[in-house]
Amino acid sequence: MENTIIEVINLKKDFQVGDMTVHALKGVNLKIQKGEFVAIMGASGSGKSTMLNILGCLDKPSAGDYKLDGISVSELNKNELAELRNAKLGFVFQSYNLLSRTSALENVELPLFYNNKVTSRERKERAIAALESVGLADRMHHMPNQLSGGQQQRVAIARSLVNDPVVILADEATGNLDTRTSYEIMELFQRLNTDRGKTIVFVTHEADIARLTSRNIIFRDGWVVKEQLVEEKLLASYMLKTLPVGEHEA
Amino acid sequence: MNYINLLKIAKNALMRNKFRAFLTMLGIIIGVASVIAMLAIGQGSKKSIQDQMSSMGSNLVFIMPGSQQRGGVMMGNSSSQSLRMEDLEAIRLNCENISAVSPEVRTSGQVVFGNENWPTSIYGANTEYLGIKKFTIESGRIFTEKEISSLAKVCLVGKTIVEKIFPKGVDPIGQTIRFKNIPMKIIGILGEKGENSFGQDQDDLMIAPYTTVQRRFLAIDFIQGIYTSAVSEEKTEAAIAEMKTIMRKQHKIAKPEDDDFRVMSQSELVKTFSSISDILTTLLGAIAGISLLVGGIGIMNIMYVSVTERTREIGLRMSIGGKGRDILMQFLIESTMLSVVGGVIGILFGYLISSVVGTLMGWPVVIMTESVVVSFFVCSAIGIFFGWYPAKKAASLNPIDALRYE
Ligand SMILES: Nc1ncnc2c1ncn2[C@@H]1O[C@H](COP(=O)(O)OP(=O)(O)OP(=O)(O)O)[C@@H](O)[C@H]1O
Ligand SMILES: [Mg+2]
Repeated sequence: MENTIIEVINLKKDFQVGDMTVHALKGVNLKIQKGEFVAIMGASGSGKSTMLNILGCLDKPSAGDYKLDGISVSELNKNELAELRNAKLGFVFQSYNLLSRTSALENVELPLFYNNKVTSRERKERAIAALESVGLADRMHHMPNQLSGGQQQRVAIARSLVNDPVVILADEATGNLDTRTSYEIMELFQRLNTDRGKTIVFVTHEADIARLTSRNIIFRDGWVVKEQLVEEKLLASYMLKTLPVGEHEA
Repeated sequence: MNYINLLKIAKNALMRNKFRAFLTMLGIIIGVASVIAMLAIGQGSKKSIQDQMSSMGSNLVFIMPGSQQRGGVMMGNSSSQSLRMEDLEAIRLNCENISAVSPEVRTSGQVVFGNENWPTSIYGANTEYLGIKKFTIESGRIFTEKEISSLAKVCLVGKTIVEKIFPKGVDPIGQTIRFKNIPMKIIGILGEKGENSFGQDQDDLMIAPYTTVQRRFLAIDFIQGIYTSAVSEEKTEAAIAEMKTIMRKQHKIAKPEDDDFRVMSQSELVKTFSSISDILTTLLGAIAGISLLVGGIGIMNIMYVSVTERTREIGLRMSIGGKGRDILMQFLIESTMLSVVGGVIGILFGYLISSVVGTLMGWPVVIMTESVVVSFFVCSAIGIFFGWYPAKKAASLNPIDALRYE
């Protein structure tokens, strides 16, 4: 299939803790198409983060196969994996993971430092453009501790965008944020998905958030137990309007 | 990875943690500076002692009366009357390894000029004495052989005496001063020598013909010391041996235990005092070594803690495409920058402290190249290693483990 960007075949992941083996993933099969906005859902401990980390080449599976954009990831060495992350993947973490005492602009520039082909001028221009696209052009020179949680997450999203990845992976990217800010962030993700055609894999355990995506994959106990298309995909911008008035914008 | 990017990353990381960078450098600065300063102080004191010792005289070898045993009774040194002019003449005649010889007799008393007076010492000697003890004549002249044989009441005076008893503008040469109530005519002024290592003023003295001091001031016919110059430093030992033989022959002494004199040399004194300051240097070196160690441990500590703390940063850098070697290079560059800058500042401080202490103590500053090189490299090596090693550990983790590190 031409359009498959992520393909996971019988993937397993075990963790060794002392003499106990935790089977976090027990044989997962997944296919994600280009341009999809997928939510991975499931109870705590069901293996969502483990799955996402493997999809992001941050961790290696114990068994099984994973193809990203036609590349068989398990055959790559550490350096090739790093190049792959740099070229094709963008990460958004629950805890933002911005470098402290480093301006928003520099944080966003960071991935491009590890890309030899980008000149310093281009680096800066692309970082500014990414910050503009998340609506933070005016906060470029602020430090993370001078930004709200929502704004920090936007910086993190800008950072995940700056290298123009094919897939953006987000692990509970709205987990630390209030409802309104969560919707604002989701609005941003929806725009990236529809306007810029980014494939997004989004881990969440909030059903409200999952309804803003196009497909939900539900994990339980290391297995995929259910996959369903979202019937009426909601727009985050619409959800924002339904919020009770009085709660002012961030 | 291009190096300009790496340099920028490392620079940014350092600037982000100025205080941590400062603390790391502090360890290096203290380590390097203390080693340099301590050893410079130790060496400086040694050099100063050696310099002062050599200003005592030129290849000085001297004979002092020694304790004698007469019928089992030990007699004190000062009461000894064992040295005589005949001994001196025998040495002058028979000793091949010396170039000059002079007797010495001395006494102290009050010197008076007009209303001023000053306690000082008078040394009786011959014309060779100045050369042996490295005195110079600033103006005037030394006494003549004729003045020696005629017990002339003439003398040379040191700078201190001139300052203490002569009003400004009066030329002391030709003036008559009174020492122990005997009028002495000043015929020369000695060049300034300053203080010796024991804080003794070497310009506070008068020099007169030994005959004058012997007869007019002390009323004795023996001498209190024989001062000679060995022909060269290497010949000192030979000169000592020769003199002992001559003296034993003169005094009819069969066994060395019965010697009623002692022969000593400047180089022996230098050795004795140098060994004292060697102990000092060793002690200071040990202290410096300890501060180097403490500085090193400080560096390790901060580097180690900071890398632990920065493991998440390492995880993030890897997650956005940093390779293990990029991370390692970053930390290596960071710690090299810190070590080198800290090392250079440490060297500057080391020089500064040494020269301040040297000035305060009046010592020459002897900075040992070895101490600069060794301390610099030890500190840099510690800094670089402990910057590199934990980073290497972190960079070998899975990115996710580094990101989750607590
Ligand atoms: N590094 C690890 N070492 C050992 N066990 C681990 C590790 N990471 C995850 N696990 C285990 O794997 C299982 C799945 O964890 P995972 O983090 O994927 O859950 P999750 O679905 O993301 O949960 P949550 O919604 O709470 O974030 C859990 O039982 C967890 O204890
Ligand atoms: Mg999770």
